[in-house]
Amino acid sequence: MFDEMRGSGDAVRPAYTALSQWLTEVKPDVLDFRRREAELLFRRIGITFAVYGDPEAQERLIPFDVIPRIIAAKEWELLTRGLEQRVKAINAYIKDVYGRREILKAGIVPDDLVFQNPVFRPEMNGQKVPHDIYVHIAGIDIVRIDADTFYVLEDNARTPSGVSYMLENREIMLRLFPELFSRYRVAPVENYPDELLETLKSVAPPSAASDPTVVLLTPGVYNSAYYEHSFLADKLGIDLVEGRDLVIKNDVVSMRTTEGLKRVDVIYRRIDDDFLDPLVFRPDSALGVPGLMSAYQAGNVTLANAVGTGIADDKAVYSYMPEIVKFFLGEEPILKNVPTWRCREEEHLSYVLDNIEELVVKEVHGSGGYGMLIGPKADKASVATFRAKLKSNPKNFIGQPTLALSTCPTCVEEGIAPRHVDLRPFVLSGRTRIRIVPGGLTRVALKKGSLVVNSSQGGGTKDTWVLDA
Amino acid sequence: MLSRTADNLYWLARYVERAEYIARILDTTLRLTALPLAYVGSTNEWESAVATAGCASAFFETYDEANEETVIEFLAFSTANPSSIRNCYENARLNARAVRTALTIEMWDAINSAWLELRRWGNGPSSREEFARFLRWVLESSLRFDGSAYRTMLRNDAYWFSRLGVYIERADNTARILDVKYHLLLPADEKVGGPLDYFQWSAILRTVSALTAYHWVYRENVKPWLVADLLILKDEMPRSLASCYENLVQNLDRIANAYGRQGPAQRHARAVRARLENSSIEGVFQSGLHEFIDEFVEDNNRLGTAVTQQYLL
Repeated sequence: MFDEMRGSGDAVRPAYTALSQWLTEVKPDVLDFRRREAELLFRRIGITFAVYGDPEAQERLIPFDVIPRIIAAKEWELLTRGLEQRVKAINAYIKDVYGRREILKAGIVPDDLVFQNPVFRPEMNGQKVPHDIYVHIAGIDIVRIDADTFYVLEDNARTPSGVSYMLENREIMLRLFPELFSRYRVAPVENYPDELLETLKSVAPPSAASDPTVVLLTPGVYNSAYYEHSFLADKLGIDLVEGRDLVIKNDVVSMRTTEGLKRVDVIYRRIDDDFLDPLVFRPDSALGVPGLMSAYQAGNVTLANAVGTGIADDKAVYSYMPEIVKFFLGEEPILKNVPTWRCREEEHLSYVLDNIEELVVKEVHGSGGYGMLIGPKADKASVATFRAKLKSNPKNFIGQPTLALSTCPTCVEEGIAPRHVDLRPFVLSGRTRIRIVPGGLTRVALKKGSLVVNSSQGGGTKDTWVLDA
Repeated sequence: MLSRTADNLYWLARYVERAEYIARILDTTLRLTALPLAYVGSTNEWESAVATAGCASAFFETYDEANEETVIEFLAFSTANPSSIRNCYENARLNARAVRTALTIEMWDAINSAWLELRRWGNGPSSREEFARFLRWVLESSLRFDGSAYRTMLRNDAYWFSRLGVYIERADNTARILDVKYHLLLPADEKVGGPLDYFQWSAILRTVSALTAYHWVYRENVKPWLVADLLILKDEMPRSLASCYENLVQNLDRIANAYGRQGPAQRHARAVRARLENSSIEGVFQSGLHEFIDEFVEDNNRLGTAVTQQYLL
């Protein structure tokens, strides 16, 4: 087990020296007080979300742990190169899949993974998008196994979220722990909104005015990620719109303003494909805009991220990513994939069935940490259920070794103890370049021994510090 | 700006203003009911409070009797009454959430903190004393919101739409008070009732925070026709109909200037303002105070509709 602060032994890693020192100096009740203050601040700011189906419940907070996760400059430099490469490959893959299909013709990725994938959008066949960029905002989930080994755990290419936590966590840390910041040179993250706006503007359609109008399309206040939508719109200085604020006329998108209709060029949409346009996708969606796809296909509006990017972020395609990187970029992947057994292949299926108690088995289209089996922790009944599922529908599953994710000191009931963490950096792809703000969201599994960091299952977040030198 | 945002800001301001108004009514009613009956006459003050809040018919659908318990429950804490203080804050916060990007941090904090606090009051206070504290808290919260808007918002259309909400609601509220109590506000030549009425007139003045202000404007004892004059025609009085319309005309003109176009809302507001400017209290009493108020309420509603149709749809 690798600990971010202590490595594999007991010696404190250089990046954590000052933090370790500070943790021995600070009084436990001071730390506790600041923790509670952080929670109060989050509530006042309103970074909460309503729990569905419980009108009486207080709004929920995603727990925030005040001990930062620190990444050395050199480590970050390696990650940056790997992330850029990965996102370039993802964009190339999506373009190919909706275009010439070279990678399918070469037999590298099986056809059915694309065409029988429920998130494949035939509407995007042959559709040109500005600068061939489909995934403008990617959230790549990374885990660490030891001092030198980072794995990509998952690619998120649809509507990755969490960046508002990255930004607010930093603000709260700056406010509550100024003394820590005096001991470290932490690369700032506050320019993320600026970078995002630049990215979005750079991909405006050719027909747009010289200063394109960008909006953020939200499902509305009842969506659990609503705070992030309003936060980002605020920081970006763009209008936060809902489907009903938009109007399509002659394949041009406009929004209803107090001065009449105003043209929209780029939509940062935080609504899933399914709900975007009731004339094309789910007809019962009240969140979307009838005719939006028509305007999109006419090239009059850019959607970020593009429609149909889900084709690149499910768990089955994930296992082909190393081949995808090689195929489109002609390079060895810098960031490794977790070794994955594709149960659609007979040999792999046998291996998984034989070793199921040591493996993690995941549904290809699952998310949020649901629909998976953690072999070593599962009871006999769950294992038996999964065996049956595997045998009846092997294509739907992958197997991976249980990873010993790195841990990071975290405030828990007993004091400060190690808890498993991952990292989600946000990668922005614009017309001229890829921008990655140093750090990202560190998620932490708060339950002892738990490997599940998702907030929907009790995970929390930490501030991520990339050191400047 | 987005029409929906302007609409939310407008209604956000109206809800906060309304919550404050309801709190003032309840505060005044508590005072009146604290006096021995001999001083206030035989009116059921709690029933009067419900009428002043404009909720009489809705109230009597649920409750048989208007008394301290039922009216406080209905006007302050009811989840069923859309204009209860509780629901005003719930709606205000919902609106604020929907337009966070148009609010300053101070304004969001004011509304959100009020909403968080509100939950701590639960289903109502356990004593009169606690209830009095609750009312003071409501007044403070509204002040905090209004003050933060005034002190931190950029002076642009977002701000002006917000002010429109404040003044249309305020005008409506003042008109209601006059409407309920008009039978007490007698003209100069009528034989005025005895010292009992003093407490009613001063109650009216208290509801609009004008008891002291009255004396600075008129420098004489409280006279009912002057109370009417203060609340309808006096520009200096911030809750008067005249003052509300002066502000409405100003803010509508600012919007018109920013957008480069005058419209029906501007014209209507100006017409109402002109009528108020050209009226005297004697003239109002001559044509009938009650009729005057009725016509005003209709005009005010029409302005709300005009603004909505012109900008908020």
